[in-house]
This record gives sequence, C-alpha cells and structure tokens, in this order.
Amino acid sequence: MKNRVHRREALALPMAAYAALFVGLSLLYIIGLSLLSRGEGFGASLPATGENYARILSPIYLRSLWLSLRLAGLTALFCLLIGYPFAYFMVKAPPRARTWLLLLVIVPFWTNALIRIYGWKILFSASGPINQLVMALGLAQRPLKLLYTDFAVLVGMVYAMIPFMVLPVYSAAERLDWSVVEAARDLGASPIKAFFTVVVPMTMPGILAGLVLTFIPSIGLFFLSDLLGGSNTMLWGNLVHNELLKSRDLPFAAALSVVLLALTGLVILLYRKKGGSAETMVF
Amino acid sequence: MAEGQALLSLRDLHKAFDTQEAISGISLDVYEGEFLTLLGPSGCGKTTTLRVIAGLEAPTKGVVLLNGEDITRLPPEKRQVNTVFQNYALFPHMNVEKNIAYGLRMRGASRQEMREATEKMLALVQLEGYGKRQPGQLSGGQRQRVAIARSLVLSPRILLLDEPLGALDLQLRRQMQQELKRMQQSLGITFIYITHDQEEALGMSDRIALMREGRFVQIGSPQALYEQPETAFAASFIGETNLLRGRAAAVRDDGALIEVGGISLPVDSQLWISPGDAMCVSLRAERLYMSPVPVKEPCQLSGTLAESRYAGGERVCMVHLPDGQVLKSRHPTEGEAPLSVGDQVYLWWHQPSAVLVRDDLAQEAL
Repeated sequence: MKNRVHRREALALPMAAYAALFVGLSLLYIIGLSLLSRGEGFGASLPATGENYARILSPIYLRSLWLSLRLAGLTALFCLLIGYPFAYFMVKAPPRARTWLLLLVIVPFWTNALIRIYGWKILFSASGPINQLVMALGLAQRPLKLLYTDFAVLVGMVYAMIPFMVLPVYSAAERLDWSVVEAARDLGASPIKAFFTVVVPMTMPGILAGLVLTFIPSIGLFFLSDLLGGSNTMLWGNLVHNELLKSRDLPFAAALSVVLLALTGLVILLYRKKGGSAETMVF
Repeated sequence: MAEGQALLSLRDLHKAFDTQEAISGISLDVYEGEFLTLLGPSGCGKTTTLRVIAGLEAPTKGVVLLNGEDITRLPPEKRQVNTVFQNYALFPHMNVEKNIAYGLRMRGASRQEMREATEKMLALVQLEGYGKRQPGQLSGGQRQRVAIARSLVLSPRILLLDEPLGALDLQLRRQMQQELKRMQQSLGITFIYITHDQEEALGMSDRIALMREGRFVQIGSPQALYEQPETAFAASFIGETNLLRGRAAAVRDDGALIEVGGISLPVDSQLWISPGDAMCVSLRAERLYMSPVPVKEPCQLSGTLAESRYAGGERVCMVHLPDGQVLKSRHPTEGEAPLSVGDQVYLWWHQPSAVLVRDDLAQEAL
C-alpha cells in the first residue's frame, strides 16, 4: 500500500525537477537580479540595493502600472461580456454545431499570433476594409483613425484573450445541471431571472477562472500595444521590454518583472480565496 | 363528471420528439384535492406528461386546461403548478432557507414574509434548524423534503412529483410515502405523482392512471385497477397475476365460458366479446386455493406441482398445467396440506376472482 503511494509520487518527479529547474531557479535568479545595481554594459553588479524598487514608485511608472491594470481589467471584462454569451450559446447548440463553434475558438490558436495581429493592422488601417465600409456608407468624410489607438489595443487584446474566457465558461456551463434551471422557471423565475439567479452563480467557477486567465496575461502582453497602439501608451510589458533591450538595465527590468509577478500572485491568491481551484482552469 | 368541475384537464395531448411520439393522445381530468398517480414502466411517457403540465415541454398537439383556462402556451413561471423533480434539482449555491424562499423571492415577497413562510415550511417537513445548511450537506431524504418544501411554499394548485422517492432506500421510502400522503391530506393540495412502483401507487393514490407507450391503459381507483383490470398489461403490471390464454366458447350477458386447454371456465365479464375471440383470464396468485383432491367447484384446473417454496407466512407454488401453461399461487402456510413436488394438485378459485381481460400482451408474449 505504502509502496504504491510512493510509486505514484515518483511519477511526478520529472515534472517537479523540471519546475524546480526552469521555474523555481529562474524566478530566484530574477528576484536576486532585481536587488543588484546596474553593471558595466549589459550586466549587474553588487552592492545589493532596494533602489530599483524605489524607482518604480515614481509617477511615470505608477501611471504605466495603472494603464496596464486598467487595460487588463477592460480586456477581462470585455472577454466576459462577449465570451460568456458565446460559451452559453455553444452549450445550448446541437452537438454538431457545437463542434464547429469549438473549432472556431481553437483554430486561431494554430495560427501565429503575430500574423493574426498583422491582420488587425490591415483591418484597422486608414485604407482598410473597415474604413472603406464606413466611407462607402457615408458615415464619415475622412478615414477614421483606428490603428495606433487605445481602442485598437483593446480590440486586439480581447481578440487574443477570448478563448481563455470561452473555454472555462464552456466547460462550467456544459456540466450545469439544467434541471436546476427548470426548477427555477417552475418556481416562478422568468428566463432572465433564472439566468442571473441560477445559471450565473452556478457557472461562477468558470467565470472566475476565465477572468484570471484573461486578466493575468493581459498585464504583461507587450507586442500587441507595440503593433496596434500609439507611441504614448507605455504598458508594463513594454516597460520591461524597453528596460531590457533598449536601456539594457538588467536589474531594473528584473524589478519590474518581480512587480508583475507579485501582481499575478495576488490575483491568484484572491481567486483561491473566492474558492477557485486550479482544476477549473484546466479544460 | 361535468366539464367545469375538473381542476386540470388534458385534452388529446401529443408530444413528439423528432419523429418519436412520447405521448400519443392522452386525455385526463384531475379533480381538486385528488392524489392521482401516473403509473407505468420507464419510457411510457409519464415524465413527458408531467413536463407538459408543468409547462417545461410544449405539446405537439392538444390542450391543457387549469380551472377551465387554457394554459397550453403559458410558460412554467406563470402556472400555479409546481414540480418536485426526480433528482430534487435543489440550487446547490443556496442554503436550505434560500432554496425554500426562492419562489417567494421571485414573487417579490418581503424579507419578513419569506422568513415566516420558510420557518413554517421547515416545520412542515420536519427540518427545523436546518435552514443554514447547504444542500450538499443533507442526506437524500432531507434533500427530498427541502424540494417538497420549496414547491409547497408557493401553495400551488397542483403539485407535480416525478418519482420523488426513487432514489431513497426502501425503509426511508416507506416512511416518506406515509408522510407525503399525510401532507397531501392535511394541506388539501392536488398531487399528480409519478412512479413505476405499483405498490407505492396502490398505497397512496386516490386514482391511478396506468400508462403504456404514451397512452393511458386504464384510469381508476387502486381497487378498480387491482380487482378489475381491463387488459392483460394492466393485470400483470399491478400485483402478481397469472394470465391464462384461451378462447371464448360461449358468451352470455354477464359472463362467458373461456376454454383453456380443453377445459371450459366460467368467467364474469361485461366486455363485448364474441365466441372464438382470443382472451386472457387473469388469476391473482393469492386468490388461488390448492387441494390434493378435486373439489366441487366449477372454477378449477388440475396440474402437476412443479415447485414449492416456503416463504414464512406463505408458500409460493408453481403448477404446470397439461397444456404447458404455468400457474403461480400463494397460500398461507397455516394448516397447509402436505404436498410434494411432482404431486397432482387442483387449483380452484371463486368465480369473481377470475377477470377476463383483453390480450394486449400477445405480441410480446410470442
């Protein structure tokens, strides 16, 4: 009996070793790096200092943090508003249609993200299809400025993140016991009331998982705002990117990353406190 | 009875799923305060019937009248009819109190009203003090009670119960049967109750509607269904019976002679039959008497005792008739004659015990 337990644990060993090496050690390395001073060229050196963190407290960085969090929050919110009805519709659809809808969500995953973002660039450009349509309909005299705006970044983010909302909500809604919804109707709830008092609370694990899964990566995404955003939107991810590759300030870039990591940890902690589990994130 | 008197009327209801008809043309009147049971094997359309009454399923054809008012197209939330679901369907994210108060909340009741009504209901189903529990912390029987309380709190005109005791163990089921019956009588609420358990149906119902393949086979009091089944299916589904296949030899006003294996048996009957018709005679196992010697009774058959099993208060016997048919009989063990397997025996009965029924099982029997 005891032997069997040991054997089962042994199966997790390779994964544990991998995690310790490539996640644990690298994290320690980054944290250590963030406490060093800037070194010669592209390096770091002693003495140890908290200077990097103190620097983050200056208004420009705090503003960037605020913008990043706001964008991530809006992304998660719009993913919920669009993704939830879609997932709900998918569950209600007949099995054949369901497969196709699921493919619709998953197939974009198989295409390179950059290529897809370039697709948006074309769509949003001054002479792109959207502007052509708007002008053809006479809704505007001159092309709208769509590309290189916060709006474009938000659209791109929502587009990139939406599968991470649809899938957990879908798996929660799929397991929903519909007789409970019928019970609500039977007890006098209109379809809308039944939705908000029964369906939403019962799919809450999926909603929470979706919010976490869309919010967290959205804080750190940088290439989207690089490609679709204006030059004045400096998000946290862009900041890390810049400090690392342009300013070549390794310890400061590490400190910025640690802040991002801490935020992520905080969100997950909140999620766990709300009763969310890692399992609901897996579909 | 007169048209206006029925609380609920089903008129020629049909419901098809794709091309499959779940119910095909059922009509029924249910009266105020009645305990009506829909009884039948699984897949006979009982649950579909209940769902049509609840408004959870729209009939393909036909009309549902509640108090003479057409409610066929009314959504479930607008019907004064509530359902106790088979799996209870409690709200897992609400505690017992909130589950029970849900319907009142939907009606916009005040907190005070909800609290009072919930307390009353918890007392009614004997779950005082359980208000703050989550459904997951309750036993099957307790969940059942919450489901009933949740429906009864709305004082429905009719309570629909879909095999509410199906998931409970035997002892608890017996107890809940009595409690449900007591509740129904003291509240005076009309119950439409689904079960596939004929014993449950016999013990609780004012009337039973026996269903088979989407139609009603027979509707009547438990006693009428047990004593006067109209078809072989009804006779065999309710209680234990022997179905003897034979032909009508002679037909009189109040009965007939049925020829079974060369012997003519007199049977009372009001059925329209003509000589030569293939018929069944239903003989309840416990209404048969056994004798080692012929008796002076017109209703008797002889055969070989093939099996004899002692079961405490009664003995269960199998008797092979010369024509190959088998009769099962049950006898009190008190003062029984010593008989052993292989003996020639005579089974006899009082003429009213034999019921002539239409043979609606013939296809399956082949």
